[in-house]
Amino acid sequence: MVDIDTSLDTVPKILERNVQKFGNSPAYREKEFGIWQTWTWSQANQEIMNLSKGLIDLGVKEGDHVAVIGRNRPYLYWSLVAAQHVGAVPVPLYQDAVAEEMEYILTHCSAKFAIVGDQEQVDKIYEIKDKVKELKEIIFVDPKGLRKYDKAHLHLFSDISERGKADQGQLKSELDKRVAKISGDTTCVLLYTSGTTGKSKGVVQNHSAIIGASLSANEFDRWTENDHIVCYLPMAWVGDFMISVGQVMGAGACLNCPEGADTTQMDIREMGPSVFFGPPPLWERLKTSVNIRIEDASAIKRRAFHYFMNHAEKVGKRILEKENVGLIDRVKYSIGEFIIYGPLKNMLGLTKVRIAYTAGEAISSELFDFYRSIGINLKQLYGQTEASVFLTMQSDDEVQSDTVGKPIKGVELKIADSGEVLYRSVGAFKEYYKNPKATKETKDKAGWVATGDAGYIDEASGQLRIIDRAKDVGKTKSGLMFAPKYVENKLKFFPNILEAVLFGAGQEKCVAFLNIDLSAVGNWAERNNINYASYQELASNSEVMNIMKEHVEEVNKALAKDSVMSGCQIHRFLILHKELDPDDGEITRTRKVRRGFVSQKYEDLIDALYKGAKQVSTKTEVTYEDGKKGYLEATLNIVDAQTFVLQSKSDAA
Amino acid sequence: MGNTDQNVMMEVKNINLRFGGVIAIQDVSFDILEGEIRAIIGPNGAGKSSMLNVINGFYHPQEGEIWYRGEKRPSMEPYEIAKTGIARTFQNIALFKGMTTIENVMTGRQLKMNKNFFWQMIRYGPAIEEEVEHRRRCEEIIDFLEINHIRKTPVGALPYGLQKRVELARALAMDPTLLLLDEPMAGMNVEEKQDMSRFIVDVNEEFGTTIALIEHDMAVVMDLADRVVVLDYGKLLADGTPNEVQKNQAVIDAYLGVPH
Repeated sequence: MVDIDTSLDTVPKILERNVQKFGNSPAYREKEFGIWQTWTWSQANQEIMNLSKGLIDLGVKEGDHVAVIGRNRPYLYWSLVAAQHVGAVPVPLYQDAVAEEMEYILTHCSAKFAIVGDQEQVDKIYEIKDKVKELKEIIFVDPKGLRKYDKAHLHLFSDISERGKADQGQLKSELDKRVAKISGDTTCVLLYTSGTTGKSKGVVQNHSAIIGASLSANEFDRWTENDHIVCYLPMAWVGDFMISVGQVMGAGACLNCPEGADTTQMDIREMGPSVFFGPPPLWERLKTSVNIRIEDASAIKRRAFHYFMNHAEKVGKRILEKENVGLIDRVKYSIGEFIIYGPLKNMLGLTKVRIAYTAGEAISSELFDFYRSIGINLKQLYGQTEASVFLTMQSDDEVQSDTVGKPIKGVELKIADSGEVLYRSVGAFKEYYKNPKATKETKDKAGWVATGDAGYIDEASGQLRIIDRAKDVGKTKSGLMFAPKYVENKLKFFPNILEAVLFGAGQEKCVAFLNIDLSAVGNWAERNNINYASYQELASNSEVMNIMKEHVEEVNKALAKDSVMSGCQIHRFLILHKELDPDDGEITRTRKVRRGFVSQKYEDLIDALYKGAKQVSTKTEVTYEDGKKGYLEATLNIVDAQTFVLQSKSDAA
Repeated sequence: MGNTDQNVMMEVKNINLRFGGVIAIQDVSFDILEGEIRAIIGPNGAGKSSMLNVINGFYHPQEGEIWYRGEKRPSMEPYEIAKTGIARTFQNIALFKGMTTIENVMTGRQLKMNKNFFWQMIRYGPAIEEEVEHRRRCEEIIDFLEINHIRKTPVGALPYGLQKRVELARALAMDPTLLLLDEPMAGMNVEEKQDMSRFIVDVNEEFGTTIALIEHDMAVVMDLADRVVVLDYGKLLADGTPNEVQKNQAVIDAYLGVPH
């Protein structure tokens, strides 16, 4: 573990430093009334101090939980920091959570105060008012629509600040006293996990953890006070907290808040952030929008685009990574930069981006390379709420799409025998709020925290590779690693494959179910004059089968190169006669396959896959959208796919 | 809502409006209180839009008087009436389709721009200061109605519901004391209607604007309006709170028909 500079281990200390060092540089920006409004660090500090004093005046005590709910606005970021200054603990909540979800968190942490964005949030709290009895006062930023509400326990944000501003010195001395008590071991924030696995848990983070992890990540990617960040991801998400509060404050950078959700894309273009974080679906969506617009463009533009994109694919990545590239290729790339890549980046608002991050889910190498080839330094990182996000990152010269990087300063990694990734880090959490049992299960006495993810260190690059949730990972009969999600993701990267389910734990060989993507394959069928009346008919088309076979074999080939994953090659597969559907309970609403349920429901199909049959007939219960049940009968063809022998990398090297 | 101690803003007295032999409005009288939402309802051809046109001076009734803020209003042209603080929207959207949202909203400030035409023409000096000041107010309205994302989109390219909202924004840009809305929710789906209802209530509460609106959707009227005037064949059928009007036998007959 690294030592932390105790002169700079809490949010109040960092803020003070920023005022002294960067007092006149922009700290917060927000577009309002069509114009970007700016606050410097000194001005922001004033706002935060006024609010802090106002909160004391309102009766906020040390240790109280203060819920913060709303879209990304400077006022709410100041609220987080002000709550920390008065010794309270901010609890950011998802703004789009429904009232019941809010009720769970508000009662679980017994929040006494809430600072919210607008009427919508106030209404939601009022809906559950009888159940969140401990909530005493609500502060709102935007007064619209709240004029006629009873104001006994409802306060306008600017009124509270005004109360702090009007202070004659009493509140200030109380505030100073409280700030002096805050140390690295004081709780900094309570963040709730999204709760994909059961009820969400409250993660308690200390100041030293948040600041330590932020500064370490800043150092890794050389953040400075000249960096600009656009915040648009939910404030309750740990990533936004770490970037918009931890990293921005840690570097003295500038945080830019869009006007609203609908204008984010435009505002990003205007702002030109220098560091940008986007989850894989966002990168996917951006690229799709580019493709659609290119398809609609005139023939000349389209040809120019494809010509230069092909060139970028060839050399763009190597130029970005400062490798040796021939002069002619470089000249061609510069021309491309001028007429294609530059304007394209400008349209995406990524012209000034020096680092872009993706994390959270697997990203296809094709998508990843697309951005890198046009000169956007897209990188992977890996982390989790319990670690204050940052565990591993990729330095500019060792970026790969399928690994997540090396541990950064202050992080130690080890892989448990079960394959689970464990870490010890400066950013590690203190505990789960009111849940000592879960804390104990996750963090051992020596400080090692279990991530719940299975992974291994890739031999060639020395980077961590995450393969699946640890509980889903098993072994095949011959003792090789079985990590279904890793393989399924590889399959799903093909646009033609919508879903895939891999089986093989404890078996000699792996087999798979596939769902074709009706829109992608349907499009292909249209272009090739193949008639079909239903999903089922298209799925059983022999040419579609061949396409799927090609995809599967390509995946097998890639797996064969990987000594750890080679056991997961798919020997036989079939295309399901229906799409996996949340109404039938086969996948969750967030489209995660419910493995156990699927393997039970389709036992006969799995049997047939293993027994070597060429065909299998089955009858499946389906639920229609109106809740009625029916049966679907089908005869499915089973395809044998070619597998490959392990080509050891060490032999090749 | 429905305070009886409010001041009367406008009084419409014994209006008669004829087009040749066709009687559009026959001896209709009612009042609009300061700060209320007043609905005018009635079957097709009942004379609702004609009534709004009389109020904003587009039609000149043959008989009858309009009293506005305690004074009898002389015969005026629509733009003069607009200057007295009465704004309206239209049943069929009447925006400048080729212009952007902000440009359309800015036209709502036109009557308030009174700097030298010369400066306006060269867009310099005092004209710039004035434009900045008006732009600010327009931006507040744009923010209020949540149309920031379409600020620079030509309105012709917008969906119908949003165009209606832009039209409301333009009317609000006049800072009206009385806002006339002619079927603000016609042709909208349920969600758009809910949005628009919320904006109408917000405008009424936040800006204190008095609103008179024509609407067909009874459910909307009952939720929104403080008081309702019912017209039928140009005559006043009923006048009262939504509840009173709903129970009124004459109104039920007019809407549902009478067994013969």
